[in-house]
Amino acid sequence: MAKTTSAAFEYAPAPESRSIVDIKPSYGLFVNGEFVDGHGAAFKTLSPAIEEVLAEIAEADQADVDAAVKAARKAYDKVWSRMPGRERAKYLYRIARIIQERARELAVLESLDNGKPIKESRDVDVPLVAAHFFYYAGWADKLEYAGRGADPQPLGVAGQVIPWNFPLLMLAWKIAPALACGNTVVLKPAETTPLTALLFAEICQQADLPPGVVNIITGAGATGQALVSHPGVDKVAFTGSTEVGKAIARAVAGTDKRVTLELGGKAANIVFDDAPIDQAVEGIVDGIFFNQGHVCCAGSRLLVQESVFEELLERLKRRMSTLRMGDPLDKNTDIGAINSAEQLHRIRELSEVGDAEGAERWAAACDLPAKGYWFPPTIFTGVSQAHRIAREEIFGPVLSVLTFRTPAEAVEKANNTPYGLSAGVWTDKGSRILSMADKLRAGVVWANTFNKFDPTSPFGGYKESGYGREGGRHGLEGYLK
Amino acid sequence: MSRIDVRKTYKLYIGGAFPRSESGYSYEVLDSKGKFVANASLASRKDARDAVGAARKAFGGWSGRTAYNRGQILYRIAEIMEDRRPQFVQAVVQSEGLSAARADKVVDEAIDRLVWYAGWADKVTQVLGNTNPVAGPYFNLSSPEPTGVVAVLAPQESSLLGLVSVVAPVVVTGNTVVVVSSYERPLPAVTFAEVLATSDVPGGVVNVLTGSAATVAPWLAAHMDVNAIDLVGVAGEPALATDLEVAAADNLKRVRRAPAAEPDWSAEPGLEPMTAFLETKTVWHPIGV
Amino acid sequence: MTATSTTPGQAQGSGFEDVTRTDASLRRFLHGLPGVDQVGAESRAAGLGTRSIKTSAKAYAIDLAIRMVDLTTLEGQDTPGKVRALAAKAMRPDPADPTCPQVAAVCVYPDMVATVKETLGSSGVKVAAVATAFPSGRAALDIKLADTRDAVEAGADEIDMVIDRGAFLAGRYQQVFDEIVATKAACARPDGHDAHLKVIFETGELQTYDNVRRASWLAMMAGADFIKTSTGKVQPAATLPVTMVMLEAVRDFRDQTGTMVGVKPAGGIRTSKDAIKYLVMVNEVVGQDWLDPDWFRFGASTLLNDLLMQRTKMTTGRYSGPDYFTLD
Repeated sequence: MAKTTSAAFEYAPAPESRSIVDIKPSYGLFVNGEFVDGHGAAFKTLSPAIEEVLAEIAEADQADVDAAVKAARKAYDKVWSRMPGRERAKYLYRIARIIQERARELAVLESLDNGKPIKESRDVDVPLVAAHFFYYAGWADKLEYAGRGADPQPLGVAGQVIPWNFPLLMLAWKIAPALACGNTVVLKPAETTPLTALLFAEICQQADLPPGVVNIITGAGATGQALVSHPGVDKVAFTGSTEVGKAIARAVAGTDKRVTLELGGKAANIVFDDAPIDQAVEGIVDGIFFNQGHVCCAGSRLLVQESVFEELLERLKRRMSTLRMGDPLDKNTDIGAINSAEQLHRIRELSEVGDAEGAERWAAACDLPAKGYWFPPTIFTGVSQAHRIAREEIFGPVLSVLTFRTPAEAVEKANNTPYGLSAGVWTDKGSRILSMADKLRAGVVWANTFNKFDPTSPFGGYKESGYGREGGRHGLEGYLK
Repeated sequence: MSRIDVRKTYKLYIGGAFPRSESGYSYEVLDSKGKFVANASLASRKDARDAVGAARKAFGGWSGRTAYNRGQILYRIAEIMEDRRPQFVQAVVQSEGLSAARADKVVDEAIDRLVWYAGWADKVTQVLGNTNPVAGPYFNLSSPEPTGVVAVLAPQESSLLGLVSVVAPVVVTGNTVVVVSSYERPLPAVTFAEVLATSDVPGGVVNVLTGSAATVAPWLAAHMDVNAIDLVGVAGEPALATDLEVAAADNLKRVRRAPAAEPDWSAEPGLEPMTAFLETKTVWHPIGV
Repeated sequence: MTATSTTPGQAQGSGFEDVTRTDASLRRFLHGLPGVDQVGAESRAAGLGTRSIKTSAKAYAIDLAIRMVDLTTLEGQDTPGKVRALAAKAMRPDPADPTCPQVAAVCVYPDMVATVKETLGSSGVKVAAVATAFPSGRAALDIKLADTRDAVEAGADEIDMVIDRGAFLAGRYQQVFDEIVATKAACARPDGHDAHLKVIFETGELQTYDNVRRASWLAMMAGADFIKTSTGKVQPAATLPVTMVMLEAVRDFRDQTGTMVGVKPAGGIRTSKDAIKYLVMVNEVVGQDWLDPDWFRFGASTLLNDLLMQRTKMTTGRYSGPDYFTLD
């Protein structure tokens, strides 16, 4: 896209070197502190930008899941739940430090396996991962101050299933608080993005973490299902689609398992006519095009006050035409690859529904790479609440633009969804921010910013966006009794 | 012929530098058996003044850092202490007359205490702050903030663990500190200062004076640009402690009083060492369209 | 105060006559501009600063940056000898390399204009003079205008004026506006070869990005050819976010009026890396049209040598040292 606007100042390729990562031809499961063979049918993980096979990955079958849960149980009973908090803390600090030391390696591997731009994995994902471990390390010896009673106790073995959009970050959100509170874990990364989780397993080894405290098993839906429904699991933590989240809620019905679910969203990003307009444009772009829109809290519904609609749209289009799409490892890439053929198919399908329903599609002119899974940053105008693209989560770089006239109408439209994960408000008027925040039925409200994350800040949804919070003091609740 | 060792000069730590006392005075430091160890700088009134100036200058930057960053730096102090463990063990053996094994435990505790406080950097606000449900259309938020420059009279007995236990809670929340070490056992404080100087702690955040609390403390207690004072270093000296409290009243310093005897530093400290030097700020904002 | 040669509100028939009539109307307009969120603006500027400019792009950027330098000396100790040496360097920045481009201009105090002009001759390098009681701007208007006319008569191609920050911060926008209009008039020459007017805001004193945006519009409405961040005598001088807010202003001004205005960050830009960040920002915020010495300049002195060192590094493949470049 940038090609059309800067014929003379053309940025030369600036690729981050792949040589820092050492990808093995095949990976086993990480159980009880060692890599072991899986007994399911091995599968391949691809680099979505070039459709190149990166490695062969073991699939955990029921017996493998049993072994992992058993290892976690043993580590829980014999070691981890008995260890003083301040010693657990030091393991977590070690892990945080190793993540900082191996940051570039993790970032490159994440971008290779996921397709996200290196500037995001380098500047957002990996630093947040380290920060998350630091933060929860500090809680491990302070749980009595968490507001959960004088002597809160861990739950036991946590079965954790995470998605492909922020593979390592979601791992951190799951593992750090679980371990800090004295639980042990069995974690399953997504089948399209297992590599950083497997590198994390090596980091656990480098940190001399006692065997069985962290177990990483790989596989697809069936493996995940075996894990969350395993009777030896005391706690289920899931991040992913609302559909699977509901299935998990059904599966654990009648058991004592505790559950936290962080699911889909269709966030409204509301721009008032007195907004700081250039920053609002940045926030809109960041809200929907960050991580190719593969973000559950993405600002996928833009609600613009009618009086600034034309001006904002023009500025937004101009800004979009400077976005640089391409090689995820190029340091100047803003938009990387769609994570999988399946996801690309879904984005295309829903976008075609948008066309068919009469919305107007616009994308900046750009050449898509010949290989790999790509979808250009796209906006739909003329969208109403009745359109499917205004209701369903696309999970891609596609923005639906709607308008409103009054604050009340903005609130009504923003809340008119089964989801309730996040929302954005743009206005120079402080009292209006607080009033909107009051009325929006969403777990996170960003004002004059968007897609900000911090280990100290709780994250999670209302309604069908799930329950429970991750991050902050509130994030301890899900792992303590 | 045996090698003659090179001995270390023990100096003050002010504004990130290691000056001798401006007075030119020093005093003999003896080990627990009465044997000469080194000459320590004897801090003067003017050294105290310079240290307060350095602490004030550092306050804006230090309190303005993110809590996460302060936490990282405190953790870094712990890392460097662990790295120099034998030196600290030796210093504690020398100063406090403990066995090597007990001194080792003391160093463990001192390092773990720093780690404990490092974790508090980004949690103390979450535990002490909150929104307040006022009866009206207002957002109302209270949060703790550092009080400013804190003078600390470090414990006389516990030369390392005690020192760490009174300095860490003050700086982790964003205050800056002028600490007067134990008079008879000042050397661990100087070695600790050398750790601070190599741990990404900005100059002036912690200033270490070796010398006599009885001489220096009245100047700190009366200093109008010091916001608070911890009197634990004059534990068991009620008359001096009272005088210092009276002097501190001139600008209403926050005072952490001297106990009758030095506390047990191995016990978990709780929140009080931090809250003693925190202000609470409450912000009101209307809620309306 | 009355402007002698022009009437307020008649700047170039820009369509802002209603806006620029009184303090009140100016305040309504300037305070009606969209706000700038500090955190968002700084984060966007920092993001642009992470672009990685390598190989051919870097070579292009370094040469462009050299061509955009207003090589500056504004010291009490300046002498004809010093400014002559500077002018010589402006024409041939790297005597060892004839392919090295010359800089855009030499920027001096008015009393040095004639000397510089004489040295530069027909080289094409412009002479810029700071005027209007630079750097504080604390003088009566007639003195500021005389200062300007002196420089114009001595042959200055460009005048870098300072606004009255006191008046601006006190809300006397009309006074600031009128002074710019009057200074612009003093830049006129009978033969029509008017000196170009750069208006310096001293953004370090204006403090907020909202003020920078307002000052930008005020100056553009008054007829500024260029808007410039700083005198170099106050910290902070030019920064990326301040420059970005000014770039957004010239972009929006062109959208609204069709008139293009240049931007000049000055002070504090010392390294090639910094300069390239600015060029990336120009490229991505306002686009190609401004990537030209006619529309973007760097006010700098030490920057040039760093650009030259990087340029040599690009051709020789090894790092150079300051001993290999002229000091002037």
